[in-house]
Amino acid sequence: MSTSVKSASPPPGIEEPPGTVTRPAPRSGWRRALRRDWQLYSLAVLPLLFFLVFRYLPMIGNVIAFRRFEPGGSMFGEDWVGLRYVRMFLSDPTFWQVFRNTLWLGGLTLVFCFPIPIVLALLLNEVRRRSLKRFVQSVSYLPHFLSIVIVAGLTLQMLATDGPVNHALGRLGHDEIRFIQEPGWFRTIYVGSEIWQTAGWGTILYLAALTTIDEDLYEAARIDGANRWRQIWHVTLPGIRPTMITLLILNVGTFMAVGFEKVLLLYNPLTYPTADVISTYVYRVGVESNSFSYAAAIGLFEAVIGLVLITTANTLARRTVGTSLW
Amino acid sequence: MVKPSRSHRVFQGVNGVILTLVVVVTLYPFVNIVARSFSGERQIRAGEVTLWPKGFNLTTYRIVFQDSMFWRNYGNTVFYTVVSTVVAMVLTTCYAYVLSKKHLRGRGLLVGIAVFTMFFTGGLIPHYILVTELGLKNSVWAIALPNAISVFNLLVMKAFFESLPAELEEAAQIDGLSTYGILLRIVLPLSKAVVATMVLFYTVSFWNSWFSAFLYMDHSDLMPVTVYLRNLIAGATGGGNAGAGTAELSQVGASIQAVTIVLTALPIICVYPFVQRYFVSGVMLGAVKG
Repeated sequence: MSTSVKSASPPPGIEEPPGTVTRPAPRSGWRRALRRDWQLYSLAVLPLLFFLVFRYLPMIGNVIAFRRFEPGGSMFGEDWVGLRYVRMFLSDPTFWQVFRNTLWLGGLTLVFCFPIPIVLALLLNEVRRRSLKRFVQSVSYLPHFLSIVIVAGLTLQMLATDGPVNHALGRLGHDEIRFIQEPGWFRTIYVGSEIWQTAGWGTILYLAALTTIDEDLYEAARIDGANRWRQIWHVTLPGIRPTMITLLILNVGTFMAVGFEKVLLLYNPLTYPTADVISTYVYRVGVESNSFSYAAAIGLFEAVIGLVLITTANTLARRTVGTSLW
Repeated sequence: MVKPSRSHRVFQGVNGVILTLVVVVTLYPFVNIVARSFSGERQIRAGEVTLWPKGFNLTTYRIVFQDSMFWRNYGNTVFYTVVSTVVAMVLTTCYAYVLSKKHLRGRGLLVGIAVFTMFFTGGLIPHYILVTELGLKNSVWAIALPNAISVFNLLVMKAFFESLPAELEEAAQIDGLSTYGILLRIVLPLSKAVVATMVLFYTVSFWNSWFSAFLYMDHSDLMPVTVYLRNLIAGATGGGNAGAGTAELSQVGASIQAVTIVLTALPIICVYPFVQRYFVSGVMLGAVKG
């Protein structure tokens, strides 16, 4: 479509104004649209090229998961090998370990990082002093604006053997803990730093939703004798339910793609047993060891599960509560 | 049952304590890292530094300032951020404007092409091969082009353009302005707020990004400062050389890491108070009309 734009370009003077919605005959519809809006279509050419090359071509590029790829060869691989690489990773013990780790980290992130912003937003909403409320909000948003490298750096510094956390433990008479080197601590560290970075920012949409709740509803609830908790339960929470559902669906959709960059920055070979997730494994197998086809097969598996999860969550949400992304 | 006023006061008190804790927990790492950056290596190792520098000195700042690689990488960050933001703004504005025209035939398809990429992506390996095959490695284009449009930003801009009064554009069209003219001379001047917001969104995300450069740049003098920092951290936490020496290594560079973290975060921290409100309104605009 974008290529045929230029051929159908009349001088700009004879365009029809938009808004005059003439019902075109089915056949000539596109031709008319092109003649009238060719300048608009031409603005879409470069962005479309971007989407086709950098978003859709890599999707097609996933066929190398079913073909043998040789470095320097075609981006789509040399010849078909069928499900060879899929069978390979299904019988790979490391794959199952990283699969389990992905479910763990994704599940813990969902359990903690989804509700905390809701609670925080409810608490902030109860603050009557506007200046105080704004101050707390500003502070809690801040970590969101920092590079993930800085967040990882701060996390590692806080938890270093000579860091403040170990210092505080020392004062309590506890031996120092080598948080960064111990697999048993990784999940806690990951989820903790995730909460630190995202909780405040996550409140924005809930706070916006809270302001749209009709004050009269609270008034009515008070007259009916509802105390603060019952008001929250019967007025506030139903009021922000659509926002909650939308964000829950989005969270479920990113379940499989748990913080690739953050894991990559925080883990080390000692913590691989709990820290290594599918995406970091794909990175090491593919980019570091050049097994592109094998890594692509695992990556595709991850993406498909992600797509299935978000579609299922969306359908469930639409059927049960009538709110959905699409 | 307790009197409402009393339970309310208890609730307010508890709430105040919780929110104070949130503020303290959020700010402490920043205060501590700044204190460390001005402290002596010995005091850091002894764990004496908490809120205030101990053994105040500027030696570490001097060491980092004299490192030519640090400055080169800092310059790279500025360069990559500017180029990437310009490319991203041009493409995003064009597409958002096209999508905002409700009468346009095929508009649904154009929206769908963009939105689908939010839910399904090609994955790391095909992206890596593509960028390599296109010969973009070791150039700014490996960072700018693959990330040229953020669909979220696109939808925010589209929503804003849709809210502009259609009569203005119709009047301009009757006066003989072409679509390009309308976009440049009528729409964009009316959209300063959203353009500023989008520039901020892109600038911050490119300033903070590290992985594209880490993936596609082969030489350390091409790296942005975020990768410089990452290598500093990885070198000290034993990414490649885990083992007996790790604990010692992590102590050698503690103050250098602190200084680098402070200097990398500084531009963001400085503009943060001024830009925060734009971000917040932008996110809410995007949420209302997702």
